[in-house]
Amino acid sequence: MKVTQGTFSFLPPLTDAQIASQVEYCLGKGWAVSVEYTDDPHPRNTYWEMFGMPMFDIRDAAGVMTEVNACRRTFPSHYIKVNAFDSTRGRESLRLSFIVGRPANEPGFALVRQEGAGRTVRYTTRSYATQRPEGERY
Amino acid sequence: MNARVDPMAPGNGTTAAPAADEPLDLEAAYRDSHVGEVLESLDRELVGLAPVKSRIRDIAALLLIDKLRRATGLSSGPPALHMSFTGNPGTGKTTVAMRMAEILHRLGYVRKGHLVAVTRDDLVGQYIGHTAPKTREVLKRALGGVLFIDEAYYLYRPENERDYGQEAIEILLQVMENQRDDLVVILAGYKDRMETFFRSNPGMSSRIAHHIDFPDYSSAELVAIARLMLQQMQYRLSAPADEALREYIDKRRAQPHFANARSIRNALDRARLRQASRLFARHQSEAGGSISRQELETLEERDIRASRVFGGAPQDDPVQNTC
Repeated sequence: MKVTQGTFSFLPPLTDAQIASQVEYCLGKGWAVSVEYTDDPHPRNTYWEMFGMPMFDIRDAAGVMTEVNACRRTFPSHYIKVNAFDSTRGRESLRLSFIVGRPANEPGFALVRQEGAGRTVRYTTRSYATQRPEGERY
Repeated sequence: MNARVDPMAPGNGTTAAPAADEPLDLEAAYRDSHVGEVLESLDRELVGLAPVKSRIRDIAALLLIDKLRRATGLSSGPPALHMSFTGNPGTGKTTVAMRMAEILHRLGYVRKGHLVAVTRDDLVGQYIGHTAPKTREVLKRALGGVLFIDEAYYLYRPENERDYGQEAIEILLQVMENQRDDLVVILAGYKDRMETFFRSNPGMSSRIAHHIDFPDYSSAELVAIARLMLQQMQYRLSAPADEALREYIDKRRAQPHFANARSIRNALDRARLRQASRLFARHQSEAGGSISRQELETLEERDIRASRVFGGAPQDDPVQNTC
């Protein structure tokens, strides 16, 4: 099951040239681009690990692409995303975030039903991958 | 009439692709790249430096022709454009590097055309494992533009074989080779020390296609430079001051530690200081005397003659100058 999080996630995977031109757009807007990775792609897991610092002083997408490729080499079977942070006063939040790397095999999520009082049912999702410890998931 | 794009037109035997004998519009390509303006401003704003200018012209021509070749479908590998600028201090290496970034940007060789100027401190770390990330960080910042390494010979310290500079050089070499279309590296430094540096790093020398030597300026060129600087700072020289400046330059050139245009800039800055205190002192003694615009923008003879270069400097020199 393909995890669909962030922008462009319903499209076929972006090529490197497409990623570079998206990054170019972000840099043109003056946003700081950063690379993050995780092996726990639960939709509520908003805190992915940072791969290096956010790149505040980069002028060209080639610099970001070297970082993306370095992250892919280091974590070949993790989820990797590119974030663009807008530091404008009053905005100060992510403007764009998209996945640029994912494991070859994505087992997907299980729906867990919890019986509550008075026949109520609580639903939660759980990634099959997280049944194994961190680092051995994909 | 556009017969060229209609191969089906009767009597038109040529193919749609540009034919071998079709004239390409070099003039239009030249105009579109706006490189002419940059070269003109280079001529206008940089005095002397004939060999440098002619080399830059050559490079611009090569890139333009390469662009046309690509448009025609001929093979056009991007030329290696890493350069080394050698010359004495104050001969305009940094200034030309900045112009170079702009020219390469106009010609579409680098994508952004910014200049990242660094020295050894920015590349080499202080302990094991510190150098590589530091160098990579700088390279990442410079991608898409020009990396200018001032006094590059400090990267290599032969007297200390455990020096981390070697590591920075190796990373640089790797990027210079593999990401040639992302980055142009310009090394700068004194001629003799750069030659030693290249002798001990043949890999570096062979990856640099353009070795450009910056000659020292002649007295006449230095005067022209001084005029240009004053014009930019919106100052004028009175006629005797102009004469004094010529003498100053001749005398200063003969002294040690002469740093060409940089010495001239410093001399002018000191003259400005003297002019300011002269006007201020007069204002105070006359109590309320107004200063005209002409006085504000004119440097007088004594502002220049007060320099220590002229030997027995007058006792009332308000500016403590060291040279």
